[in-house]
Amino acid sequence: MNARFRTILEEGVLPPLVALAIAMVAGDLLILMYGQAPGAVWRMLLEGTWGNAYGFGQVLYKATTLTCTGLAVAVSLRAGLFSIGAEGQLAAGGFAAAVAGLAIPAGTPEFFAVPVCVLAACLAGGAVGAVPGVLRAKFGAHEVIVTIMLNFIVLALLNYIVSTKLHVPETLHTPELHAGFVSRLSGTFAVFHGSAANWTLVIVGAAAAALWWFLFRTRAGYELRAVGLQPDAAENAGVKVGAAWRNAMMLSGALAGLGGINFVLGYKGYYEDGFAGGAGFLGIAVALVGRNHPLGVILAALFFATLSQGGLAINAMVPKQLVEALQGIVIVAVATSVPEVRRIVRQAAGKMAGGRA
Amino acid sequence: MSLLLFLAQTVRIAIPYLFAAAGGALAERAGIVSLTLEGFMLGGAFGAVLGAHYAGSAWIGVVTGVSAGLALALVHALCTIRYKADHVVMGVAINLFTVGITRFFLQLAFGSSSNSPRVVGFGADGTAASTFGFLLNPLVWLGIIVMPALWWLVQKTTFGLRVRAVGEHPQAAASVGVPVSRVRYVAVLASGALAALGGVYLALDQHQFTDSMTAGRGFIALAAVIFGRWDPLRAGVACLLFAAAETLQIQLQAAQLIPSQFVAMIPYVLTIVAVAGVVGRSTPPAALGRTTD
Repeated sequence: MNARFRTILEEGVLPPLVALAIAMVAGDLLILMYGQAPGAVWRMLLEGTWGNAYGFGQVLYKATTLTCTGLAVAVSLRAGLFSIGAEGQLAAGGFAAAVAGLAIPAGTPEFFAVPVCVLAACLAGGAVGAVPGVLRAKFGAHEVIVTIMLNFIVLALLNYIVSTKLHVPETLHTPELHAGFVSRLSGTFAVFHGSAANWTLVIVGAAAAALWWFLFRTRAGYELRAVGLQPDAAENAGVKVGAAWRNAMMLSGALAGLGGINFVLGYKGYYEDGFAGGAGFLGIAVALVGRNHPLGVILAALFFATLSQGGLAINAMVPKQLVEALQGIVIVAVATSVPEVRRIVRQAAGKMAGGRA
Repeated sequence: MSLLLFLAQTVRIAIPYLFAAAGGALAERAGIVSLTLEGFMLGGAFGAVLGAHYAGSAWIGVVTGVSAGLALALVHALCTIRYKADHVVMGVAINLFTVGITRFFLQLAFGSSSNSPRVVGFGADGTAASTFGFLLNPLVWLGIIVMPALWWLVQKTTFGLRVRAVGEHPQAAASVGVPVSRVRYVAVLASGALAALGGVYLALDQHQFTDSMTAGRGFIALAAVIFGRWDPLRAGVACLLFAAAETLQIQLQAAQLIPSQFVAMIPYVLTIVAVAGVVGRSTPPAALGRTTD
């Protein structure tokens, strides 16, 4: 078997399929426990997501945010670090986009206002990401611990601002932006009417493509991956490991922050406390299933967005919380099946090779 | 504000942290990352309410709550030890799963998306609500001794020596005949039971389960473990410190001196400062989180 093809099969295709099978069996059991027919529930889930334009629009909307947080986690993992900080960075990005949109005078043309808001989102996320990056590079502080703790700090800080300083009284959201709105898909394609899908998905898609180019076609991207594979070897080859870690975490934060524009610029037109709602943590699952590859991340984001929108579609038959449990099961199954499937495939390949000899 | 009242409330808030941090310290000393504490606690809280509701006994609630924690810990142990899954990923997955599954069963068992009906707790109703009534709860006393007991276990017993050995250098431990995997299984299962007790205490103290009621307490416990440099006694002190800050915030709430959000940040800021090594670096066990033996 071709080695490249085999790697894709072992790590990219088989584990998610095994995981999906495990999750479906677990889902069947939970659905039966609730006294419903699994087949009917799964059909309802598919019809409510990919079966109509509104559902599909909602999947696209959710996948846009998840792509950003998935890319954020993927970049950190490519550099050999594990960022759990996307949740806080996503919120910080959304907040910064809203602040930028409020600072810009009303009537500013969107071709100027939107890039400013997008840049603000990336800068805010990147600034939050710089903290674990610098602490890791300078003091060896473990990035998992720092990013977890930083999430709570950032979210508490934003909660403080939005509940006391910058808010519409009696709410937990900022006033509506003056400029920087991105229009919804339904403005162009009427079938998407009512869904939150908006053109920020083009910006996010471009970011994914740019990330692919950076990681696999530039010297800095190569160095980042080299540091992730073998920091000592990279160091010996003249790569500044500390700087690479810092840059990777800043890039990771900027990507997570970018996700904030989907909600703030494309959907609500203001920042609302708690809008991240776990999308940052789900980014870990997206990166894991997407094998830290930009294209894989997009596909995985569509998958998890389908599950999360599907929960709403099946709520009439079984509680929508079913899909939250399923998301957890999918992650457990992928995390265990990647090393396990690889072992089994190798073993089988070894047996076949032995049989021929 | 009386000092006695302050201490009583601090202890009351600290109990769930002490249980969960004890679990976290044990598992992490054995080399298994414990982002799972939040999930174990939430599972324990829900299990306790199920048991207490259907059996009408707080003790049965303790048993069912601990069982829920053990079940979740078994999944974590199997996946990280047997199947070599990434510890951090597993932690995130278990927390996500527990939030979803408790909500699902909350609907299934009680037909509610927010809370369970009222269940029995320890101590006669009414006294439990008074300032010192919580001292009638046997879990409080267990929570107070859990950290000293764990310190003794880790530092003074053969099992504790093995836990430390497999957490620092599993190959060396294996070479002198320590059953590395078995020690880790025991440590992770015990961490599940301990953290679940924290959730059990929380649920029985409030006499009900509410959606996501652990509200990040598992992460505060993890912060205490790290801030306490993975030492049970220091972690215990950290739990009390974090609880005291919270008590202070609650009691000063009326005065509005410091916004509550800033007090809530204290454990997290202190932990970042500790791992950055500004005042005495916190260094984890050498083999923490390594999946390849």
